[in-house]
Amino acid sequence: MKNTPLSPAPVAVRNLNMRYHHKPVLTDVSFEIPAGKTVAIVGPNGAGKSTLLKGMMGLLPLMEGEVRFFGEPLAQKRLVTAYVPQREEVDWDFPIDVMDVVLMGRHGQLRLWQRPSREDIAIAEQALKDLHMWEFRDRQISQLSGGQQQRVFLARALAQQASLYLMDEPFAGVDVATEKAIIELFKQLKAQGKTIVCVHHDLNTVGEYFDWILFVNARLVAAGPVKEVLTQENLHKTYGGRLSLLNELTEAMYRSRLNQAHEHD
Amino acid sequence: MTTFIQDHLSDLWILATASLVAISCALVGVFLILRRQSLMGDAISHSVLLGIVLAFMLSGTRDLPVLLGGAVLIGLVTAWLSDSLHKVGNLQKDAGIGIVFTLFFAIGVILISLYAGQIDLDQECVLYGEIAFVPFDTIIWGDMENGIDLGPRAFWSIAIVFALVLASIWIAFGRLQTVSFHPSLAASLGINVLFWHYFLMTLVSLTTVASFDAVGAILVVALLVIPAASAYLLAKSLKNMLWLAALYAEVAVLTGYALAVWLDSSISASIAVCAGLLLFLTVVGLQIHKLRLQKRAVKTLA
Repeated sequence: MKNTPLSPAPVAVRNLNMRYHHKPVLTDVSFEIPAGKTVAIVGPNGAGKSTLLKGMMGLLPLMEGEVRFFGEPLAQKRLVTAYVPQREEVDWDFPIDVMDVVLMGRHGQLRLWQRPSREDIAIAEQALKDLHMWEFRDRQISQLSGGQQQRVFLARALAQQASLYLMDEPFAGVDVATEKAIIELFKQLKAQGKTIVCVHHDLNTVGEYFDWILFVNARLVAAGPVKEVLTQENLHKTYGGRLSLLNELTEAMYRSRLNQAHEHD
Repeated sequence: MTTFIQDHLSDLWILATASLVAISCALVGVFLILRRQSLMGDAISHSVLLGIVLAFMLSGTRDLPVLLGGAVLIGLVTAWLSDSLHKVGNLQKDAGIGIVFTLFFAIGVILISLYAGQIDLDQECVLYGEIAFVPFDTIIWGDMENGIDLGPRAFWSIAIVFALVLASIWIAFGRLQTVSFHPSLAASLGINVLFWHYFLMTLVSLTTVASFDAVGAILVVALLVIPAASAYLLAKSLKNMLWLAALYAEVAVLTGYALAVWLDSSISASIAVCAGLLLFLTVVGLQIHKLRLQKRAVKTLA
């Protein structure tokens, strides 16, 4: 094991409370994420998954609570924490080409007046090649497909050379090639001992793509390794009545995932 | 012969001033358009009037630093207050902006009319500007009798602001690009988004004040928004968009000036009309281009 229990967790959230227009969105959320894992934040629509991610990144205010990255507040760990926003939150008509978006990953390291160095450009180039987007480097981002756009933003995060990646629905509405590219990227990052936390909404793939799950619905329902927490009971607790129609489907899904997990053992 | 040269000289001063005004506005306007804040440009350009009047009343001078200071202060207050109305008062963003700037502008107008006797500011001039008068108000180095005429005051005001705008964009290009493109992403990289927001509002305030003499409070909005909007339609990158906006602005100045001479009408209004026509032509041109591409695609399919 690379990580002794003594080294601080990549993410530790304690008693996090968040509100939106005076209505509580998240109540008393606490968890710790171990290093080198892929972690999915799962829950129904409006459960506060994206809000949790944004609260952790300091993009939305916390009512209460504390978030630590590698044992320190975010301000000290910004550059080792890369954020990938939801695809719908990006202005895709913005006049900017692929290379310039990826170079933004290097901006945290640059001073106000500095331009990206040859080394920064080499890092950005490698990130684009890793996501099979190098041939699109001169394209304006509006001229890309949804999946390609997602890969550009992942390349940007990769170029930041962070230790922790927080992603808001990276698999939402992407093509098969992009899905494969993201899984490849996960493997590559995990091999380097890096940690990935994703908001994820697809229960059918969660067991396959991730090591850990955080079940969220206004509060933390369960957190832990897939094998332990992907249970019928947790699904029910998280999705409640909303899942009743899908019950059989999820059960089948759950069984097949469980079988798959056993096969891997 | 001397009068001919003088006529020519004043034409040149007018063109030079108008060009600097238009290009400064266009460059700042690019960021307003990209950040979807063109209404904020409109607001600040109006409310700085109050800043100018207050600064003038308190100090009694028309010195540039005093006027710029007053305008920047009121400009920032406008931005902050309309944002607060939105956040605290739960009003829509555009409603908040509309309330604040019209209020400030109206107070400015009342102050001017109340103290019209004491103030060397003329309502007409502040609202519409008169670039044709720019060459008559010059800065003289030394005493009045045998000092050196340095050229129009309005020219030097906008020249200083133009240099500031250019330097800001040159130095902070990366930050401005990231903040405009994706504020949350910028924040996640540790960039102080709020600082850059108010920095841009400061540039807008400075630019509009320095443009007042030339084009007035109403038409400066046209120069802030239209050339940048035209550039937005064509640009592939931010650098590209800044160049295009400057080009659109300059073409509008030259054609507008020619139009004004031909019709013997207001120069600033003609420039604004030409900027609008250029935008219209760009939209039509893009539509034709699109139709052609579609036809070609159909042909290759057939």
